Amino acid sequence: MNDQAMPAAGEPIVPIEDRLIHPVGERAAVTPKERMTILRQLMPEQDAQARARNFEEVNLGLPQQLAMLEAERCLQCKNPVCITGCPVRVNIPRFIDLLARGDMRAAADSLLDDNALPCVTGRVCPQESQCEAVCLRGKKGDAVAIGYLERFVADWANHHRDSAPAVPTSSGKTVAIVGSGPAGLTAAGELAKRGHTVTVFEAFHAAGGVLIYGIPEFRLPKDIVHDEVTRLEQMGVRIEPNAIIGKTYALDELRATFDAIFIAVGAGLPVFMDIPGENLKGVYSANEYLTRVNLMGAYRPDADTPVLHGQRVAVVGGGNVAMDAVRTAQRLGAAAATIVYRRGMDEIPARREEVHHAQQEGIGFEMQVAPVEVIGENGWVTGLRCVRMELGEPDASGRRRPVPVPGSEFVIDCDMVVVAIGTRSNPILTTSAVGLKVNEWGYIEVDGAGMTSLPGVFAGGDIVRGAATVILAMGDGKRAASAIDAYVRGELPVAQPEATSAAI
Amino acid sequence: MHPIIGKSKLSPNVTRLVVEAPRIAQIRQAGQFVIVRAAEGAERLPLTIADADAGAGTITLIIQAVGKSTEDLVALEPGEAIRDVVGPLGQATDLLEHGRAVCVGGGVGTAVMLPLVQGLSRNGVRVTSIIGGRSREWVILEEELSRYGEVITCTDDGSYGRPGFVTQALADVITDGPIDVVYAVGPVPMMRAVAEMTRPSAIPTVVSLNPIMIDGTGMCGGCRVSVGGKTLYACVDGPEFNAHEVDFGLLSDRLSPYRDFEKAALEKRHCQLGPQIAEVSAAATAPVGAAR
Ligand SMILES: Cc1cc2nc3c(=O)[nH]c(=O)nc-3n(C[C@H](O)[C@H](O)[C@H](O)COP(=O)(O)OP(=O)(O)OC[C@H]3O[C@@H](n4cnc5c(N)ncnc54)[C@H](O)[C@@H]3O)c2cc1C
Ligand code: SF4
Ligand code: FES
Repeated sequence: MNDQAMPAAGEPIVPIEDRLIHPVGERAAVTPKERMTILRQLMPEQDAQARARNFEEVNLGLPQQLAMLEAERCLQCKNPVCITGCPVRVNIPRFIDLLARGDMRAAADSLLDDNALPCVTGRVCPQESQCEAVCLRGKKGDAVAIGYLERFVADWANHHRDSAPAVPTSSGKTVAIVGSGPAGLTAAGELAKRGHTVTVFEAFHAAGGVLIYGIPEFRLPKDIVHDEVTRLEQMGVRIEPNAIIGKTYALDELRATFDAIFIAVGAGLPVFMDIPGENLKGVYSANEYLTRVNLMGAYRPDADTPVLHGQRVAVVGGGNVAMDAVRTAQRLGAAAATIVYRRGMDEIPARREEVHHAQQEGIGFEMQVAPVEVIGENGWVTGLRCVRMELGEPDASGRRRPVPVPGSEFVIDCDMVVVAIGTRSNPILTTSAVGLKVNEWGYIEVDGAGMTSLPGVFAGGDIVRGAATVILAMGDGKRAASAIDAYVRGELPVAQPEATSAAI
Repeated sequence: MHPIIGKSKLSPNVTRLVVEAPRIAQIRQAGQFVIVRAAEGAERLPLTIADADAGAGTITLIIQAVGKSTEDLVALEPGEAIRDVVGPLGQATDLLEHGRAVCVGGGVGTAVMLPLVQGLSRNGVRVTSIIGGRSREWVILEEELSRYGEVITCTDDGSYGRPGFVTQALADVITDGPIDVVYAVGPVPMMRAVAEMTRPSAIPTVVSLNPIMIDGTGMCGGCRVSVGGKTLYACVDGPEFNAHEVDFGLLSDRLSPYRDFEKAALEKRHCQLGPQIAEVSAAATAPVGAAR
């Protein structure tokens, strides 16, 4: 591509934008030097003022012209480090090159080959700490907007799908999947493609896991998740909602009925702060708050499920969950919605884009602050007593932990508090499954292939890693599917120690 | 989908539904509950499994219509179906193996009591049931309970059975002779009164708690209750707890946050389309604290 024609001396200079109109399959005539002058495209967004009061998607997606221009920024590196930055090793330069050539079908096929849910990851992956963090283009100027391009190609594919996916011939093997979050759905798709008969058991009345009950509509429209689930069903995957393994069915029963099992139940239990006043009315776990709003649709005025509409809302935590909760509260009409986090702005674990969006929307940030008590009146929250934190002396590991500043107590006036300081494993399945090995925090232990201490029972996603990310859960689902495929065909062990979760 | 096989009215606002749910019918134990969602978009409601017929593949739910969601549920007729039923949830009752038990039921709590009484009687325990209602028409399940032992029925207005509250009847039963365990299910003030009555003589007392729930699996924390100074989740740790350790004040408080919302939803449904609607829906999304 580098040897592509440069405009000869005297030839008129055509702006790059115009050169993007070229026959499908060819690249625009852009010189390496010109390539370096193209600025990173900005994601078109809903106006911050308007969106702070509605639940429609914030990011609107790049138009094709700008997506193709952005694709021209990719250097097509000989050693594409972006791929190593991606937990599931999406061949990034390949789909970007196909996009730049205008060959949308091929770009979509390439992307979907590597990633089962690109519409989802293109919206929720922390690209700035994965592929884009290492992108060579970023050494001079900004990294290629890989996430925007992934979303663009994925959305295109979604709108231009074959009417129904091919149903492969049956292998005669059956696999049970427990949990329908990104790990479970990915595994279901991979196994169905290989002809296995897949049943997904889900505790809730609808499939999708965190993608439907946790991540809000304004960040990930639920229709995207529903479409993916429908596609799996068209491929022959059976989804059994309202089925709690450990209650409705025992794991042992599944083991007796299915040739293999994949456990992907997530890390769904809320963690509270364990401070006085936490049981007052108006204190929610982020799980409860977001489930009411997202899964139960309480953001719609005519919903049957109620949710409190706090006027002054404090959200404790600094991760994606906290950002989702605080921005939800703002959208439900809060006059003041504030993040309360015990470390500084640089250490906030949420995706950079979420923090940026929250700031634009007028969310308050009380940083280096820790709650010590929820105060109330007549059973209702009226405030959150906090103390300011500073970095203490380095501990044995050399890390400086936040410690309270003496005498710095103050009260944040609020009528609602959402606790978003993390989650832990749910013991319903694990404690009822005899012989299933878990670690000291209750997370399931697996080997390099994703198999648990029980033969034929595999596990992945947050129930193995602790709360992690969508893409890591999907990676686990994909890897487990390969291992399960080998297992049911009698070809395991296929130990791949380098592919273990910890390595990523 | 879970077809409704049978329906009957037990009192002016209490309805019995027999619902197809073969798996749950087969494995449920006394004390466990289900969460149902009547239709797409409906609220998730926790309901005790009042009875089950494993052979017929049905469970019995007894529902007091107190809000829009419960009204929607009891409006379903045989031939129609409940969209979602999940369970069985919660821990099974730790049933007394032998001896003497007294079961006290108030209102729809009597329905929760029925499987306990059945189980106790199956164990050979001598059971006395004390049930009550405002007046005769509010008394439910008297006949069913009488199959398993003595039943003392009380009405507040004296229109039927013994006049007065169930707690007064309980006081008499306590003085009559030793009791191994008291089970109490009903409105919070009733359960609290029973707990206070059995505390001085340290009679082991178990209550079944009914906080607001969403998932029923421990993932939301909405159902948290304080027992013995510890925060527990009624859906997975309960629903039954030692009555003498339960913080009833907190329980009744945590049952109340959506009262205004529920009232508004009910009014909205009861009035015809008209100008009131706008006012009601404004109230339904009223800010926190409006309920104070
Ligand atoms: C609010 C929020 C925002 C987030 N934002 C991001 C983000 O922007 N980017 C990102 O990468 N990650 C994000 N995450 C993290 C990410 O969602 C999780 O890491 C990921 O969903 C884990 O996937 P999973 O498949 O392991 O489990 P989950 O998505 O948790 O799915 C587990 C499913 O199993 C079901 N289940 C549980 N127990 C049982 C049982 N016993 N029987 C049957 N079914 C059961 C559950 O109901 C659930 O549907 C966010 C998480 C939350 C809560
Ligand atoms: S590292 Fe960046 S520039 Fe290089 S191939 Fe990947 S996306 Fe393109
Ligand atoms: S109902 Fe959600 S934790 Fe009990």
